[in-house]
Amino acid sequence: MARVTVMDYKQSIVEPSTWCPGCGDFPALAALQRACAGLGLSPDQVVVVGGIGCSSKAPSYFGAYGFHSVHGRAIPVATGIKLANRDLTVVVFGGDGDGYGIGLSHFLHTVRRNIDLVYMVMDNHIYGLTTGQASPTSRKGMKTKTSPYGTAEYPVRPLETALAAGASFVAQGFSGDVKQLTRLVEMAIKHRGFAYLNVLSPCVTFNREDTYDFWRENCVNLDDEPEYDPHDRTGAIRVVLQHEGLVRGLIYQEERPSFEAELPGLAKEPLARQFDLSFPEQDWARILKDFA
Amino acid sequence: MSVVTRVIDFTWKVGGQQGEGIDSTGEIFAQAMHRRGFYVYAYRHFMSRIKGGHTHYKIRVRSGPVWHRGDQDDLLVAFDQESIDYNLPQLRDGTAIVHDAAFVARVPEGRELELMPVPMTRLAEEQGRSIMKNMVAVGVSAAMLGLELADFETTIRDRFGDKGEQVVEANRKAFMAGYDYYKTHFTPRQVLADVVTDRPESAYLSGNDAIALGALVAGCRLLFAYPITPATEILYTAFKYFPRYGGAIVQGEDEMAAAFMAIGAGFAGVRAMTSTSGPGLSLMMESLGLAGIAEVPLVIVDVQRAGPSTGLPTKTEQGDLNTIVYGSHGESPRIVLAPSTVADCFHVMGRAFNLAEHYQCPVIVVSDLALGLSRQSVPVADLATGTWTWDRGLRVTDDELKDVTPGTFARYRLTESGISPRTVPGQPNGRFTSLSNEHSEISVEEESPENRVRQMHKRMKKLHGLDLSDWALEHHGPERADLLLVGYGSSYGPIAEVWRKLADEGARVGRLHLKALWPLPEAGLARYLEASRHVLVVESNYSGQVANLIKLRLGFKDRIRSCLKFDGNPFTANEIYRMAKEVV
Repeated sequence: MARVTVMDYKQSIVEPSTWCPGCGDFPALAALQRACAGLGLSPDQVVVVGGIGCSSKAPSYFGAYGFHSVHGRAIPVATGIKLANRDLTVVVFGGDGDGYGIGLSHFLHTVRRNIDLVYMVMDNHIYGLTTGQASPTSRKGMKTKTSPYGTAEYPVRPLETALAAGASFVAQGFSGDVKQLTRLVEMAIKHRGFAYLNVLSPCVTFNREDTYDFWRENCVNLDDEPEYDPHDRTGAIRVVLQHEGLVRGLIYQEERPSFEAELPGLAKEPLARQFDLSFPEQDWARILKDFA
Repeated sequence: MSVVTRVIDFTWKVGGQQGEGIDSTGEIFAQAMHRRGFYVYAYRHFMSRIKGGHTHYKIRVRSGPVWHRGDQDDLLVAFDQESIDYNLPQLRDGTAIVHDAAFVARVPEGRELELMPVPMTRLAEEQGRSIMKNMVAVGVSAAMLGLELADFETTIRDRFGDKGEQVVEANRKAFMAGYDYYKTHFTPRQVLADVVTDRPESAYLSGNDAIALGALVAGCRLLFAYPITPATEILYTAFKYFPRYGGAIVQGEDEMAAAFMAIGAGFAGVRAMTSTSGPGLSLMMESLGLAGIAEVPLVIVDVQRAGPSTGLPTKTEQGDLNTIVYGSHGESPRIVLAPSTVADCFHVMGRAFNLAEHYQCPVIVVSDLALGLSRQSVPVADLATGTWTWDRGLRVTDDELKDVTPGTFARYRLTESGISPRTVPGQPNGRFTSLSNEHSEISVEEESPENRVRQMHKRMKKLHGLDLSDWALEHHGPERADLLLVGYGSSYGPIAEVWRKLADEGARVGRLHLKALWPLPEAGLARYLEASRHVLVVESNYSGQVANLIKLRLGFKDRIRSCLKFDGNPFTANEIYRMAKEVV
């Protein structure tokens, strides 16, 4: 097979990006392209699925197959795609509103399902596309258009939540460090199971608190902690709690069979390759005997 | 096969408290009667709870085809007084109530009903377990009706064989305890004795069974659903067969997940579906919009129950049609199919998947509780494949994509028919991003008024001219009629019986069963309406949703009247008959 480059992805992008200059989603998208190319994945074998939000527009800016679906439902759509064709690499790319607000239930259930998807969340603690409303990860007390007096709720804690829910892969990247982010995406793609990668991705237009500088200065990089063991779930929860979510790197990973492998009956070959679906007559006659 | 010695049309009912094994009593009796060569229709009346509350299981046994539970009861087996009180109105005078002697049964003065006390609980306890009173009841019924243990042997074995020979033997003994007690104390009525029927080889299954099997044969390989009465049985049947063909069933976290998973699978080129009932359908409304604008095949089965909200969750209704036809936001094409019989449930699924892939839009198959849950004898010949031929829609081949520059594939190309050939992920050079936003031909977000109008026309015109009259209208009787009875779904049986009765009385009456509700099969429907002096639309809801749809699309306001029922129970033939007599 010919070598795959980032250009193979970029050449088929037809839609100009609407992201603001400096948006944290650019480096994350670039990291995904580099990781896919680096792993030799043909763009025809990759599907990026988005929900609704700035980051959810990523499928259009990526250059593979894509599905820009509706708010909060990207993960179920991706689940259907993966079960239909298990040879595909399916990546869900969305935001904190999409994934931790309207789509939170799908997120948690997909964690326990452990289907082989990559889930990248551009976590900027704000609703950007709709110009600045409070998000599920907005800090308590943050003033936004829908919290003019400061939010009264505590934020969702997605990393601890995923760890507690039994996630088999949890990582956090930062848009200010594309190199690490690319490596994390590669690991996420290679992980067999649900690989959850939260990305601290600044919204440069509507969030003046959670900035590149803030995250660069305040995040503990687990790559610099040689003692850290990413195969210890309790330790992973402890480190996330200890630093109030401000950690980056691989937080936790365990090997276990993915949903497709556990799902009784699912064909090893991609179902999507069966075009001729004609049903054997003798089988039908036999089935009817079960209802005699 | 031998001849019918006499015409049989007999209804048997067993009633008691939920959780007492009433269902298994009914199921054993029904299955055995089916195997005995009768046509059987089994109707389950139950509540949304595990224990307590009146429940009954009614079985109509006929020597000829049956699509309806019947208006009256010819024999009631009652485990408590409530079962007698509740079912008195349906009990035909001159018949009998067999009741557990554990209580003193009462019937109102003036009713000619013979009370036959049998110590069913005590006899069961003598065999070891009081729950076997159900098998005692079957034995009692058998003795009364002139049946033998041999008629029940295979059914008992199939049902209890897994639990070991001891359990089988205990149940046979319980059967015989009831059988012997009856023979010692009462005179057999021999209603079903020595009957030889000429019923062709038949299967015994429900509408829900048939939908699962129809989907399997139609090539559906992924079923995503959230449990909900009365649609869950579709999952149970699918679980038995899908895995044998590489398929899988996924229980979603909710109905939204289920519908969107099905959209994902449809987008990726696999026949996928979801099954639900009204409340779940409400949650799926946003998925209809997405499948509509992204032009993804999607099949949804709605087994209707009585709403609104939780309503009567274990009772039948046909109240979802407005939602099914008009629900969701914005406007997008959809197709609504409506099986009337168990055989229809099987055949409709192939058509549903064909239409979904051909027109790249949602297809909703609308059933109802009475059709979905009632198991019936269906001639195997009526379940033969070949009523439809395969149509997987317009798909671009890998060969055709060879020289395509990546990124230029026009997924939403404007075509004469509005249908654009599609690729699926994995196909080289065919890539595109499906959008929930309005989009251009190459699927780029595009909001110009010109593009919007072009794409709206493209999507909506896909169904222009789609008229399923050639198969979606089942008509019987003279085309020129004084009265045309119209219905869909489970009203098929009672309508058929009323039609027969009116015809026997000399009326010029026709009946028409609608098997597609959207787009309405207007060409054929208009012809029948035109030729009928009066039209009575029979449907299980308050507002006459089908009648309104017909009036809206075709007019005929002056001749259309409604026969409505929304108390949770299926129509009786007599209810329709009375209304028909008022009309003509």
